[in-house]
Amino acid sequence: MTKAMSSPGETQHEYREIRGFASFDDPATLSYVDSNGKPNFELIRQTDEFRTLRRRLTTFVFPMTALFLTSYLTFVLLSAYAKDFVSTKVVGVINLGILLGLSQFVTSIIITLGYARYAKRRLDPQRKLLAEKTGVEE
Amino acid sequence: MPTTGNPVLNLSVFAVFVLITLYIVYRASSRNVTASDYYAAGSSFTGAQNGVALSGDFLSAASFLGISGGIAAHGYDGFLYSVGWVVAWLVGLLLIAEGLRNTGRFTVGDVLAFRMKQRPVRAAAANATLVISFFYMIAQMAGAGGLIALLLNVHSKWGQALLIAVVGMVMVLYVLVGGMKGTTWVQIIKAVLLLLCVTLMTIFLLGKFGFSLSAIMQQATENNKLGEAVLDPGAKYGFSAMSKLDFVSLALSLVLGIASLPHVLMRFYTVPNASEARRSVVWATWTMVIFYLCTLVIGFGAMALVGTDTIAAAPGGENSAAPLLAFRIGGAVLLGVVSAVAFATILAVVAGLTLAASASFAHDVYANVIKRGNAEPRREIRVARLTAIVVGVLSILGGIAANGQNVAFLVSLALALAASANLSTILYTIFWRRFNTTGTLWSIYGGLGSCLVLIIFSPVMSGAKTSIFPDIDFAWFPLGNPGLVSIPFSFLCGFLATIFSKREPEMAGKAAEMEVRAISGIGAKA
Repeated sequence: MTKAMSSPGETQHEYREIRGFASFDDPATLSYVDSNGKPNFELIRQTDEFRTLRRRLTTFVFPMTALFLTSYLTFVLLSAYAKDFVSTKVVGVINLGILLGLSQFVTSIIITLGYARYAKRRLDPQRKLLAEKTGVEE
Repeated sequence: MPTTGNPVLNLSVFAVFVLITLYIVYRASSRNVTASDYYAAGSSFTGAQNGVALSGDFLSAASFLGISGGIAAHGYDGFLYSVGWVVAWLVGLLLIAEGLRNTGRFTVGDVLAFRMKQRPVRAAAANATLVISFFYMIAQMAGAGGLIALLLNVHSKWGQALLIAVVGMVMVLYVLVGGMKGTTWVQIIKAVLLLLCVTLMTIFLLGKFGFSLSAIMQQATENNKLGEAVLDPGAKYGFSAMSKLDFVSLALSLVLGIASLPHVLMRFYTVPNASEARRSVVWATWTMVIFYLCTLVIGFGAMALVGTDTIAAAPGGENSAAPLLAFRIGGAVLLGVVSAVAFATILAVVAGLTLAASASFAHDVYANVIKRGNAEPRREIRVARLTAIVVGVLSILGGIAANGQNVAFLVSLALALAASANLSTILYTIFWRRFNTTGTLWSIYGGLGSCLVLIIFSPVMSGAKTSIFPDIDFAWFPLGNPGLVSIPFSFLCGFLATIFSKREPEMAGKAAEMEVRAISGIGAKA
């Protein structure tokens, strides 16, 4: 079996590559857990399921972190260096700075809920998939 | 005019609180036998419970009294400070909580030493934890002194010292009797009381001003000598280039330091798994948002109804804004309640710190560095309890010595230390496979060391009227908060030390295990 043939069933193929030979054993009882019941983490790390999980996690958390840090530091820098701008009155005596500060509260809540939702829909099912494939529970 | 109400009433409300919580702590922890029970409450709390306890760790005297007071005295600048306390939870949620829960058991050292050489990294992690917790603890104990002066009308230094000692002893008792479970219950009870208290005060204030924040702020400006300028930036942090830069540095330490504090990190171990850890941060974020919205109203409410000058003249100064407002709107009883809650806050936060410090010493230093991982669990817990007593005594002495120091500034230094020593190291170890032992040691000691050196040579220590040593001048670093320099420096140290040192092929298996566990949770229970 060559690599080019197996694009739909890539996970199976990759697993064989690591093992170095094709095996006829039942795949579920194979090698993700060693004889002492300890998970083979190196092998799990190289599965497509794990890679997908890692990619989904990092493509969410790093851009989000950059986003909220930028927004927070913009608020801080405006307050420090653009005093006249943030002192602009908007509603009664409430000025733009207070509103910008309160909007940080709102974005914090939105990002928090957004991540909780993303984790529930995109991360947790993928973790379950990985656990099923490897036969290793949490 | 008795601005502080009735000391006997304040004291009795407080005593009732202590008795009730001690009873609950005793009941909750009658089976406090294993190391997991003592350090991590047997990982038996739900996400919601732990989330409330997490916010409890943060609703300290510095944030309740300090921030409402800061807003009452400095308007906009006080509010500016409070924003960082909310945003900081995102760092914990997105980057730290789940990976930490999946790879560690009791301490920060568990995670940092996971795939590194055990002894040097454990020792480094414990050193960082002890230094950070000590700074934070001194801040809380010093705050207790000021609070006592205000609430119990005790003005003699000896009387305050005696009361600090009593606070310290009750706190050690919580930790010894209750372990993590007891401490967590105290946090939960306190956080709920505090939230109820501030929410009711806020609703009352809003009702009084026709549900218009603008109307409260309008009247507030009439009771502040700056007038409407108090609603604009600059009242506290000033306009010089250096004071602005100092503020940016403080803001950075705040947002990156909060989720790196050892006693906060340790909280993530009290839940059974990573998704509960995530849920607890969601809860904490909600409670913090509600709390700081209330603080905004209470701060401006205190400025409007009590007046900035009256607050500044009261014993305890700025910190007395919330209690004085409580007295103004609810009389002696509400003041008694607010005071008791404020006291309970100090007690609970210091108990959490004591637990983190003693766990770090017993689990990282005693069990893993001295006994090389072969300590008997019972002996390890005995060491942890003894350490708790030693830490308690040290913090009582430190608190008495620091009585009267500026609390908020001590807290900001602890945050700068935490962000410098812990954040870079945790992120590298979870997300960067190449990271190795040399890199770990450099980023911990580089961050901690640079932060301490910059503090020593800053205007905080010498050379200014407000310094700890005002009469001598050896300051060459211009900023009061070193975070702007020391946090990037620790990231740089960890990066360069890793790049220029050998890979650790013998650790590859552990590195793969850590990556899989941190991201997927597989094997985390094993």
